[in-house]
Amino acid sequence: MRRPSFAGYLRLAASVFLLVLIALMLMLPLASARAQEPTPTDDEVNRIAHQLYCPVCENTPLDVCPTEACRQWRDLIRQQLTEGWSESRIQQYFVQQYGARVLAEPPRTGLNWLVYLLPPLIILSGVIMLFRSLRSWTAQGSGGASGGQKAAPSKANAGADDYVARLEDELKKRS
Amino acid sequence: MSETTSTTPARRGVPLWAQVLVWVFLIGLLVMLAIGLNRSQRGTAQAGDRLSDFELTLFSGYEYNGQAQVSLGELRGKVLLLNFWASWCKPCEQEAAALRSAWAYYGDRGDVLFIGIDYVDTEPEAREYLRKFDITYPNGPDVGTRISQMFRIKGVPETYFVDRDGVLRYVHVGPFNSEDQIRAIIDPLLQ
Repeated sequence: MRRPSFAGYLRLAASVFLLVLIALMLMLPLASARAQEPTPTDDEVNRIAHQLYCPVCENTPLDVCPTEACRQWRDLIRQQLTEGWSESRIQQYFVQQYGARVLAEPPRTGLNWLVYLLPPLIILSGVIMLFRSLRSWTAQGSGGASGGQKAAPSKANAGADDYVARLEDELKKRS
Repeated sequence: MSETTSTTPARRGVPLWAQVLVWVFLIGLLVMLAIGLNRSQRGTAQAGDRLSDFELTLFSGYEYNGQAQVSLGELRGKVLLLNFWASWCKPCEQEAAALRSAWAYYGDRGDVLFIGIDYVDTEPEAREYLRKFDITYPNGPDVGTRISQMFRIKGVPETYFVDRDGVLRYVHVGPFNSEDQIRAIIDPLLQ
């Protein structure tokens, strides 16, 4: 049996080196992915915190609230994100623990629907009333002066004129 | 003058049923508003109020006689101290030592029970607080802030003293300064 030449050893070493290199290159992204896993950014935490209100500091969204209680809540959100919780699961947790009033937007259930339905209904009714009023004003305006000529007295106006004339007659008789 | 037969056209208005509906709706809305305002204007629960029953799930390690849950109803016959607190609350830290020593005084009697109700808090910090101040009486989170809403608390710390018949006898808003202050309230309830 012929022993491999020096060049053969070199080729073998080069092949092994190449294989090791490829294996290392394949493992590199996995290693970096593991390193990136934890620590959600402040923006990610604040995006969820912005949708929540701590009952202690009313009217201040959680993402900008400076109190210790709110800082703890933000830390909790960060921890939950780190553990892979979804946004809706985090919200659900806060509602369960602290009540629905922590939500920036009331849940669409029961009487809460009034919050969503009333404003558009009121605006719609206002628009309809305004439209009807404008239409009646326009009708009156065009009836009062059509084409610069004196409008023919309507039956109602004729009745009113007759009444005024009779009233004036009565007043003259009495004076 | 010829007689004119005036036939005024019938005015098209909002139908009666719609008007009634709108008024009923508006009045209903006003009633709801009034109820809400009335509720928000009322202060905390007052001495003399008979408390409704409630259940509190306790932190593990802070159970009552091995039970993970405690209800007000089953505690009739005991004088209760219900303390609302939170780990982020600095005044709560001020009174922690007084509560601890008062519990050390009454704890073994069996007819007095202290219960801590943790308001709007996170569990790790709450546990750290209990450990730091060596508090051992039953404690649990106010899940859904249901109990604090029932008592209409205005903040923490607030402490409510309930007699053996389940009637609220004293409300203390703010921190206790000493154990004596607590004993001065509990002792008359035991007589």
